[in-house]
Amino acid sequence: MITVWAVKIGVVLGMILTSCAYLIYIERKLAAYMQDRIGPNRVGPFGLLQPLADGIKFLLKEDVVPRHCDRFLFYMAPSLAIMTTMLAFAVVPFGPTSTDPDEWQFVIAPGVDVGMVFIFAVGSLAVYSIILGGWASNNKYSMLGALRSSAQVISYEIPLGTSILGVVLLAGSLNLEDIIQFQASNGFLHWNLWTQPLAALIFATSALAESNRLPFDLPECEQELIGGYHTEYSAMKFAMFFLGEYTHVITISFLMSVLFLGGWHFPWIAEVGSHYNGVGAVKCGVLAAKVFAIIIFIMLIRWTIPRFRFDQLMSLAWQGLVPLSFFNLAFVMFAKQFNWPVWVLTVASLALLVGASALNGMRLQRRLRVGSVSSPALGKI
Amino acid sequence: MPLTEVEPFTATESEQREYHWTLNFGPQHPATHTTLRLLLTLDGEKVIKAVPDIGYLHSGFEKLGEDLDFNQYVTIVDRMNYISPVANEIAWHHSVEKLLDIELTPRGKYVRTIFAELMRIQDHLLNVGTCALDLGAFTAFLYFFTQRERIYDICELASGQRFHSSFSRVGGVMADVSLEWVNKVRAFLKGFPRAHADVSRLLNRNRIFIERTKGVGVLTREAAIDLSCTGPMARASGVVRDLRKDEPYLAYPDFDFKVICAQAGDCYARYRVRMLEMQESIKILEQALENIPGGPVNAEVAGKVSLPEKMEVYGSIEGLIHHFEMVMPNRGVPTPTEEVYAATESPNGELGFYIVSDGSNRAYRARTRPPSFIHFAVFPYLIPGHTLSDVVAILGSLNIIAAELDR
Repeated sequence: MITVWAVKIGVVLGMILTSCAYLIYIERKLAAYMQDRIGPNRVGPFGLLQPLADGIKFLLKEDVVPRHCDRFLFYMAPSLAIMTTMLAFAVVPFGPTSTDPDEWQFVIAPGVDVGMVFIFAVGSLAVYSIILGGWASNNKYSMLGALRSSAQVISYEIPLGTSILGVVLLAGSLNLEDIIQFQASNGFLHWNLWTQPLAALIFATSALAESNRLPFDLPECEQELIGGYHTEYSAMKFAMFFLGEYTHVITISFLMSVLFLGGWHFPWIAEVGSHYNGVGAVKCGVLAAKVFAIIIFIMLIRWTIPRFRFDQLMSLAWQGLVPLSFFNLAFVMFAKQFNWPVWVLTVASLALLVGASALNGMRLQRRLRVGSVSSPALGKI
Repeated sequence: MPLTEVEPFTATESEQREYHWTLNFGPQHPATHTTLRLLLTLDGEKVIKAVPDIGYLHSGFEKLGEDLDFNQYVTIVDRMNYISPVANEIAWHHSVEKLLDIELTPRGKYVRTIFAELMRIQDHLLNVGTCALDLGAFTAFLYFFTQRERIYDICELASGQRFHSSFSRVGGVMADVSLEWVNKVRAFLKGFPRAHADVSRLLNRNRIFIERTKGVGVLTREAAIDLSCTGPMARASGVVRDLRKDEPYLAYPDFDFKVICAQAGDCYARYRVRMLEMQESIKILEQALENIPGGPVNAEVAGKVSLPEKMEVYGSIEGLIHHFEMVMPNRGVPTPTEEVYAATESPNGELGFYIVSDGSNRAYRARTRPPSFIHFAVFPYLIPGHTLSDVVAILGSLNIIAAELDR
């Protein structure tokens, strides 16, 4: 049993680290295509060995530890960064699972009933690495990045958790495998994306903010804070922060596909009842394809839009996402209590979204109008 | 608000509180793009006071102007605002020609006008790009940088150098332009609107971009006039001033174009003014390119000033003497003992040169009036009350070139 676990853990870790390296390559290529460039093409065919070269470079670079920093915490921060994000994969299913312990389980720790809670618990620990890194660096820019990050992660944790609560209520379980099973057994139209579109949107936004990706990359925004919390880090320690960030992206993509896109389920190809040779592999492939599509989507966002200012970021969380997610949760509670059909939830979600957008637009209009009185600046051009 | 209400340098009560901290922004920082330094006093993330500090890129340009003759100095002026090098050359020779009282040939005027407008586009391209880059929109920056490459190619074809072209000469330009060059500019004009539209679509109505730039760094009309802002900075604040219209020079009177102005005076207005000015420049370029007159490109002033044709140098004794007179350091053109100031509308604003001449073939004093220097002095008035993130937005919209700050 222990050897099976060891093999599973080894395979998953190796897979994640490799895919991190190649995600960086894909991101660079994708950015290049979006920006009318060529991208990495020097090392190996089509630059395919570039991640390897980067890895070697990170290992061989001089590992600078500034004299003014707290050495213990300085070393601890990057290891925490990578450890916490890796830990989350213990309960993330990579493919089909079943209650029968003799069948092959595509998850490291099958049947963890507090799966969601576990992911949140270790995911929140990731903020420690950022704060410790910023604090230990003893640098004003790092410190600012760390402070921004702590505020950001704590703020976005609330809508993130609340948006998931609706899904959890619908499935009646915190276990990720059960949530997939719930969506799969009810068919394509019961994917949580269709019944909970607003929650999916809130989850996607907050998850982006949690993983410090643009447009929410304020903790490390290059143009203001140089490197943010990892300004003082170099060589492998920097690489660990970097890997941690990409692993986080993979984690949220997995969560997104498991919670909202039906996990390994796909109509006609991978149903609950399908029995043909290699169905497990196909289900794994379906899930991987969904994850990959979400990762690509996250990358496209990064290279398209600018980043928020800190106060705008906070107001988006507290004035936009938190109330919306609570309303959404309330609707799910009512639906469960009074056994409303699921399409009511879809309608309610969309109505909430439209209402919130209209309110936001009106507020913007009013602010611009008021602004044009107090200062000549706004809304003139 | 009038300037008397803005007192950025007096310590208020809140400023003396202990929790304020100082952040050294630069001289090496990704958002300063060159080497300039800001001493920021912060209250949390809010900027209370900013003190700009210059001098990190001092290279003695003005002093060199006293040692190099009027043609040689062109290589130095190139390096002042290296984002739009030829615009500086044109401004410098505009002053020299005023000193020497030279009237350009029609063809020379047109060629210089085309270059001046290409440089305006080049400068605005980079500025708008970096402005977006500082806010995190990397893609817009690279879309525009591709277009800058086209302009570099145009410069290379005309002068042999991509970056510091050193193209202008007293009384004309280094070499006449060819049909191939004209076609290259035509190709650029054809391809440019697409890139412009791409970036407009990316940014103009982008909610995040608008939230980051609207109402940020507001410069009122009065303040813009009081602080002697020029160029897009002033025009975005509602000051209708454009030397191309107000004091027409080169071939500008021949063309039909608008002076782009806005009233808001914030970062968004400056961005929009620059974007629209590029479109006007395209209009000017189209008119100029199709109407380039024939004839010589260099002005003949008693057979002096500009270098003779190579064939003339090798083929006739007069040409050889002329060439000798021009290139030997102790010879050259006699100049009047006078002081002149002349300015052109450079992409960044009014770029003027003040020349004191003592009758020799080089300036006794060559003072520059760089727009960046004046605009950087405006920064402390714009920033108080904004957050640290707005520092980069405002700095980006001012378009400060450090090489121009420390001549």
